[in-house]
Amino acid sequence: MHLILFFLFAGCCLAGAVNLLLQSHPINSALSLIVVMTSLAVLYLLLGAEFLAIAQIIVYAGAVMVLFTFVVMLLNAGREERTLGSRSALAIGFPAAVAILAVIATVILRAQGLSSAGVQQGITTTSDLSRVLFHELLLPFEVTSVLILIAILGAVALARQGNGDGNGERTAGK
Amino acid sequence: MNFLTHPIPISWYLLLSAALFSLGVVGFLIKRNLITVFMSIELMLNAVNLSFVAFAHEWHAVKGQIFVFFVMMVAAAEAAVGLAIIIAVFRARSTLAVDRIDLMKL
Repeated sequence: MHLILFFLFAGCCLAGAVNLLLQSHPINSALSLIVVMTSLAVLYLLLGAEFLAIAQIIVYAGAVMVLFTFVVMLLNAGREERTLGSRSALAIGFPAAVAILAVIATVILRAQGLSSAGVQQGITTTSDLSRVLFHELLLPFEVTSVLILIAILGAVALARQGNGDGNGERTAGK
Repeated sequence: MNFLTHPIPISWYLLLSAALFSLGVVGFLIKRNLITVFMSIELMLNAVNLSFVAFAHEWHAVKGQIFVFFVMMVAAAEAAVGLAIIIAVFRARSTLAVDRIDLMKL
């Protein structure tokens, strides 16, 4: 059962990632990225990480991808034009990408002592996770809230209307 | 029935993670749209998260999952700031093609 689920969703993952590369319209790429992230959530469940599976769906497939599709629609991003670079870049680039995959894969396959994953042997419950998070790692957790606040302020400051046009002279005069 | 109850080797998860990461690298290099390049970066982050979760399961380490949690938070902040930068670039250049955006100055 777990094997079938693994193959099904790993296949969904890879198909979504390949589709992200092949589609030329950004909105199609965004939708296939949602497929990838949702299948990854199922794989997290198979690995016994229940909190992360839900957080993956809420944060990534929900919030981040809504932001992406919102920006694609806001900027009215059309079909990208294919400007393939030089022929040598094509000839070197794809073997280089395959070489990266081959190097990582050989390292993984040569690693000794990796066991197998059954769901029943280790589900990390949310209370286990929160016990470590709020006792040992409380300070980093609080610091990330400051980080997110800074990110919100930075996003608002960057995307504010009038960075370049009408309001520009006021900020320049400061 | 032996096939159905067979446990999944942890290296398969790691191989899937490596494949997703390589696809992200390829997408980062060949895509010509600023938003799609950014999506490829998100794909690479997700691939690394998958291997974090696999290793956390392997060694029964809760902190590995907490690291994924922090990576998710940083990725959400990064997506917000990055998309704001993309909006600012689009407003200045009115294009999203990375070939035309070749100056640091807006």
